[in-house]
Amino acid sequence: MSHAAVTDRRPSTLRGASLPKWSPWAIAAGSVALGTGIGLGAGLDSTIQWGLIAAILFVLGTYVIAARVEGRRQAKDRIATSLVWVCFLAAVIPLASLIWETLKRGVKVFDVYFLTHSMGVVPDTQPGGGIYHAILGTLEQVGIATVIAVPVGVLTAVYLVEYGRGKLAKAVTFFVDVMTGIPSIVAGLFILSFWILILNMGYSGFAGSLALAILMMPVVVRSTEEMLKLVPNELREASLALGVPKWRTILKVVLPTSIGGITTGVMLAIARITGETAPVLLLVWGTNFINSNPFKDPQASLPLYIYQQYANSAGSGAAYDRAWAAALALIGFVMILNLVARGIARWKAPKTGR
Amino acid sequence: MNITTENTEAPPPAPQPSAAEQKRASRGATRAGDRIFLGLSRGSGIFLLVIMAAIAVFLTYRASLAISKDHGNFLTTFEWDTNVVPPVFGIAVLAFGTVVSSIIAMAIAVPVAVGIALFITHYAPRKLGTPIAYVIDLLAAVPSIVYGLWGALVLVPHMQGVFGWLNDYFGWTGIFSWQGGAPRALLTVGVLLAIMILPIITNVSREVFRQVPQMHEEAALALGATRWEVIRTAVLPFGRSGVISASMLGLGRALGETMAVATVLSPTFDIQASLLDPGGGTFAQNIASKFGEATDQGRDALIASGLVLFVITLLVNGAARMIIARRKEYSGANA
Repeated sequence: MSHAAVTDRRPSTLRGASLPKWSPWAIAAGSVALGTGIGLGAGLDSTIQWGLIAAILFVLGTYVIAARVEGRRQAKDRIATSLVWVCFLAAVIPLASLIWETLKRGVKVFDVYFLTHSMGVVPDTQPGGGIYHAILGTLEQVGIATVIAVPVGVLTAVYLVEYGRGKLAKAVTFFVDVMTGIPSIVAGLFILSFWILILNMGYSGFAGSLALAILMMPVVVRSTEEMLKLVPNELREASLALGVPKWRTILKVVLPTSIGGITTGVMLAIARITGETAPVLLLVWGTNFINSNPFKDPQASLPLYIYQQYANSAGSGAAYDRAWAAALALIGFVMILNLVARGIARWKAPKTGR
Repeated sequence: MNITTENTEAPPPAPQPSAAEQKRASRGATRAGDRIFLGLSRGSGIFLLVIMAAIAVFLTYRASLAISKDHGNFLTTFEWDTNVVPPVFGIAVLAFGTVVSSIIAMAIAVPVAVGIALFITHYAPRKLGTPIAYVIDLLAAVPSIVYGLWGALVLVPHMQGVFGWLNDYFGWTGIFSWQGGAPRALLTVGVLLAIMILPIITNVSREVFRQVPQMHEEAALALGATRWEVIRTAVLPFGRSGVISASMLGLGRALGETMAVATVLSPTFDIQASLLDPGGGTFAQNIASKFGEATDQGRDALIASGLVLFVITLLVNGAARMIIARRKEYSGANA
């Protein structure tokens, strides 16, 4: 008896009764119709409630019908399937709505003028103005943070992978992990207490960079560590066998092999800290004017700009539109960084030899 | 590779002076370079530890300044008047709001996130699974302030209907009674936090579910298990610790979330029995919204509340990492 013959005779009596393939769709359509009906009939004004009712009807309906036709085990299987689908759909709706609203509201005042002008003398209630000062501030703060965090992060990862044995390495690994979870506002408070209150340095872009660097370091360490672990040991051994000192092996063999992955990790970390508002709020303070010196006086920053425009807008008007346009700019920047980083990761992926 | 380092660091036994000298001559430069490089990399590792210690020390120092001047009880006072003399403030309301909103967020986000992770790994058609995972990766990168804007614009009005419904049917419990104010209450915050931590919990759970040994699943299938039974008997037990630690990572995020809460919640400094009436606040939100008009005294008080938040997140994250560390194959990179 050939294999094909067995598969051909699938719906045989051995398998018991089963619902036709289109049944989930039919039940879905039925429950959506019923949900809409109930929603209209009961006069519920929120479409979310209609959706919830339809979802509950769908799950219940599937269970009852499947239990009658196929038995309880199959019914449980179907209910799990439908629950998983409902979970997925329920999660996609808010996330899709987020992107959609940002796009729709962001494009209103998003143009070249918006990107190339500061808020300068524009009052909050008036249209006009832009985010040039905020973009400048964000780029400088994130740039300085990157310059501080990347060497420390990469070196720590090298230590953990290439040298680290024993208690110190274990402690570093553990605290790097814990550090990943420090709330950004706590990092901000730390720099506030240390840099501004005790050293008395005043609000500046650099203070913000310090806090952002603290948030960035553990992320860089973790991703670099993963990448270094992917470098095959044979490469290291070949280099060491040729008499190359260990530090040169690391610099000339290990790091170049994993440079693609490290770059990706760094870019993802940059994308993460670019959106941080809380430390910037505490340390950089914000301004409406262009301040290109990150070491002196308050600067602006993109996430902070969004928050301030929103807080000054009372939910509508010119400032509100500007907040959304700036949000679009910020999301765009972060998404592009993410996509480019993942592109690099795919392009430069180290060959694991497996 | 480790052997080389140990050899270079160990003092040469020098059985034959000439040979040892030769060795030293050829290795001299090597050793210096190695030592510097090792020093640098070990130094940056130690630097990270120093930062963590410094965070604890400086926050504790400023916090102790504030608490010593506090004329209320720091843990139980329901007020936050830091700019008056003498200052009276306490974290009771903040602790309540932070814990409650995070619990709501976890209660919603964990089951849904596990559902999505299962969807991506076991239910979605393969063609759909990869792009969905990709999109969820991207969503983890959306800045929290944007979530806040969206929450104020879309979520708050939509919660109006939900609040009314909860009040009609569950108002008698007291937890869901509603006096009809704007739905900028702890429940809304919890829902928004749930949406925000969905991507991270999903991502980590998905990685764990992917690592379930194929053999386990096939064995279950061969015994005639349905897909749900495979998941219940093979996938979930294997992934349990991973899901727990993923949830705790999400919890850490929810506890420390600042801007989204600050844009959505209308804070008051009292505790309401109902989750639907405006009331409460969270540590992070309180710091962000009180900071602007805080005097030096007020800043120290905010730092004191930040210290409490730091300790809580430290405990939560530490516990999560301990659980992850027990399962070595999975590493929480980028998590």
